[in-house]
Amino acid sequence: MSTRENDRIALPPADAQSSNMTCHFCIVGCGYKVHKWEAHREGGRAADQNALNVDFTQQVPPLQLTMTRAMTNTITDKQGKRWNVMITPDKDCVVNSGLSSTRGGKMASYLYSADGLGKERLKTPRLFRGDQWLDIGWDNALALYAGLSKKILDNDGPDGLMYDCFDHGGAGGGFENTWGTGKLMFSALQTPMVRIHNRPAYNSECHATREMGVGELNNSYEDAQLADCILATGCNPYETQSNYFLNHWVPNLNGQSVSKKQQRFPDETAASAKVIIVDPRRSATVSICEQIAGKDNVLHLDIEPGSDTALFNTLLTYVVDQGWQDQAFIDQYTQDFDEAMNTNRMSLEEGAAATGIAEEQLVKAAEWAYKPKASGHRPRTFHPYEKGIIWGNDNYVIQSALVSLVLATHNVGRRGTGVCRMGGHQEGYTRPPYPGDSKVYIDQELMAGKGLMYTLWGTNPFQTTLNAERHRLALRKRAAIVHEAIAQARGASNEQLIDVIYDACKNRGGLFVVGINLYPTTIAEESHMMLPAAQPGEINLTSMNGERRLRLTEKFMDPPGSAKADCLIAADIANSMKALYEAEGNAEMVSRFEGFDWQSEEDAFNDGFRRAGLPDSPPIDSQGGDTGHLATYDLLRSAGNNGVQLPIREVRDGQLIGTEMIYADYQFSTDNALARFKPAPWNGLPDMVSEQKDKHEFWLNCGRANEVWQTAYHDQYNAFVRDRIPMAYLEMNPEQASEMGVDAGDVVEVWNDYGSTYAMAYPIDSIKRGHTFMLFGYVKGVHGDVVTPWVDRNVIPYYKGTWGSINRIGPVEEWQSSISFKDRRFS
Amino acid sequence: MKTSPVSRRHFLKSGTSAAVVSTVGIGLSPGVAQAQSANTGTTLDYPETLISKATEMVVGEAISFSYPDNRSPCMAIRMGEPVSGGIGPEQDIVAYSILCTHMGCPVAYDEQERLFRCNCHFSMFDAEKGGQMISGQATEDLPRVLLDYDEDTGNITAVGVDGLIYGRQANIL
Repeated sequence: MSTRENDRIALPPADAQSSNMTCHFCIVGCGYKVHKWEAHREGGRAADQNALNVDFTQQVPPLQLTMTRAMTNTITDKQGKRWNVMITPDKDCVVNSGLSSTRGGKMASYLYSADGLGKERLKTPRLFRGDQWLDIGWDNALALYAGLSKKILDNDGPDGLMYDCFDHGGAGGGFENTWGTGKLMFSALQTPMVRIHNRPAYNSECHATREMGVGELNNSYEDAQLADCILATGCNPYETQSNYFLNHWVPNLNGQSVSKKQQRFPDETAASAKVIIVDPRRSATVSICEQIAGKDNVLHLDIEPGSDTALFNTLLTYVVDQGWQDQAFIDQYTQDFDEAMNTNRMSLEEGAAATGIAEEQLVKAAEWAYKPKASGHRPRTFHPYEKGIIWGNDNYVIQSALVSLVLATHNVGRRGTGVCRMGGHQEGYTRPPYPGDSKVYIDQELMAGKGLMYTLWGTNPFQTTLNAERHRLALRKRAAIVHEAIAQARGASNEQLIDVIYDACKNRGGLFVVGINLYPTTIAEESHMMLPAAQPGEINLTSMNGERRLRLTEKFMDPPGSAKADCLIAADIANSMKALYEAEGNAEMVSRFEGFDWQSEEDAFNDGFRRAGLPDSPPIDSQGGDTGHLATYDLLRSAGNNGVQLPIREVRDGQLIGTEMIYADYQFSTDNALARFKPAPWNGLPDMVSEQKDKHEFWLNCGRANEVWQTAYHDQYNAFVRDRIPMAYLEMNPEQASEMGVDAGDVVEVWNDYGSTYAMAYPIDSIKRGHTFMLFGYVKGVHGDVVTPWVDRNVIPYYKGTWGSINRIGPVEEWQSSISFKDRRFS
Repeated sequence: MKTSPVSRRHFLKSGTSAAVVSTVGIGLSPGVAQAQSANTGTTLDYPETLISKATEMVVGEAISFSYPDNRSPCMAIRMGEPVSGGIGPEQDIVAYSILCTHMGCPVAYDEQERLFRCNCHFSMFDAEKGGQMISGQATEDLPRVLLDYDEDTGNITAVGVDGLIYGRQANIL
């Protein structure tokens, strides 16, 4: 039975194979079950005849399941045997309780099959020669990669080897692969010339909060059910952490969790949550919160772009002036409160002027979030935040302001509170320490002609970096020098080709670019070599979600062709280089490339995550902490989709016992365990950004859309997404669009002093005049092209803060009739 | 004379996807036809169910009906101007299953905005664009009820469904 008909579906038989899958897209990491069975069989409609245990002999009532064609596929294994696969949400997973999102619900669609949506996957290593990509196999690819790397390392030192590498969980990440790549880059090659998938240096996006002693993932998703108030800044969880919002926020907004609050906190006043959303844009989350909680319980603070610091400082000042701070907590568990107050103090009048929010609204926000409840207790206010702060106007200072407010009001370490990143992707960090003592702005180095070889590992800076057009043009120019050299190297052996490439890079300004990825992606347009990687399910992979929940996704199918896990690619590179040094008798260098004798992802997991903190281990920075060694694959397999929340406390009766709430003991992550307040001066916009604002009419905000995962590396092949969003859309004010003669669906040019790109106009009533919102990181239309190169003191960009002008290009005829331009906000 | 020379039901069973598009998408731009070319044919035996006469349908007002059986609520709407997948004299009549493809809650039709809303998880579908999801948690657009228009009688008849109706292994129970 085929899974390709669209009005019937092949059910998994009751005896279908079953395995665990943590959704590999957003940070939430919903639990799913993979059902796999021989393609010639089909389960019956009676409940006992199918693996879903659902009675399909009659119409299934609403809310019982999600089961769509997108959740099915037919794959072929290495022996040529065909299997049907269905991937359905796990009702027993506490993260999503059976809910499926528009991203996770498409996982099965994106499994590799020769005639499916995943057919463009990389299957074998490729080299670009002349004018086309040619398959060359692993032996040749590794000989070239390792040979060139060695030549550069020997002659120019590690600075010649540049990397743009993922450091996350889920998708191609995971603890296995961050360890494999990290060990190669940091222990073996020892290069500091590394940037991370979404930013131009090797740095944390949470410097300030960590320095203040508060790690950024400090509560559980359940705390969103227990909060009295949720003060959400710069995040849009309906579209970007969907099932966290639907399964944990909604029950608090509609009052379902009131009884749970009464049970947990028996003496305290309990009611449905009030929600404060800080976002210059009226997002989908704002309108949905209003639908659920009623407008009286939702406060949308549509602050002036970039004025978050002023908002938090004003709230802090008002709280202290009212005496609502928790002085006992401040005295006992924190330091530097007075120092911060000296700097952060802002009156209501000053705050209103900076943020554009009326004083009464500021007071209302302070009362909702911090005024003692009727029972006299301090409210439990949860402070989630994401890219509005992370990619905001001086990440470091905004975090300092926010966490200072949180500490003053004791909204960390108590259930129902927390100050947490909402996150994008899942986490999965385990690496040797970074081998450098400063943060290097890698994009600028490359554009200045530095580096000889650049490996883009599971990343796509062409779609996601800042100042992206200039960056790409610079790389294109340098890559072209190498393309030309390779084309001229007729009849060259691998050794000769390495010399030719090295000469082009060293002496003529070239750059050898390698992509390691699931798909060719747009990076292939400027690359010389592509190596094929594998995704979860084709390999075993562990990741943790936004409440630090570690799960194991189990392998259930083969990767396409000879694609393999990134950790094993890293091991292949290291072992190839080791062999070259052995041939030279260079024992010192051989020792640097030892310890990569892994046969499986589990070997890499045991080598990294499970060695962190053990007495005889090298230094390892790991999100598993010193107790990661307790997590074996076997224990994780039996922990299933609920896994364990890191850090692990113990193994009891064969079960991993984790940690729901960090800082419940008020031992903060500083030398003396005291949390630190931090001065956060309100300084307005950076000059470089301010200059664009003065010259151009439109604020060019950016962000995600629910149905698109990251760079659309899968979604670009799926008509459900591609036909809806053929080009990054640009929400703009309808009146202003009309004045410019721009209709819905028109292509417009978006430009400023730094670059230019195209977008698809999408006029929306709730977008203010002078504001826009463009889909970030998309495959067609790159918002990063118009983002200034400004970064904060830790080299964190201000992706959300750029201004530009808009020109009408004109209509693409079929878009008008095939694409909906109705408001994406539920109302 | 009927728009399609053979019974829609049999036509669908034997037809290719291209043939289906050519009858359903008459007079529309290539982009529209492409957007709804998902139907790869069916093995199911759909009934033919009379919904209304085209002339009796009021522009903008939804008609509720059940198809292919009485446990599958659907709506037919006359838009007043040609739309994706529309049939009838103005190519403006469309019909959809109104069970959200995400988790099966009945979607509500907004006559003003011409879209369907699901109150369970906030998905929205555009009635003027082939049931395209505007935003939401579904992974499929709203299933379209395939309609046949008889020019002689003006009858609008349901003859099939393009897309899986929520809560079913197959559209025919």
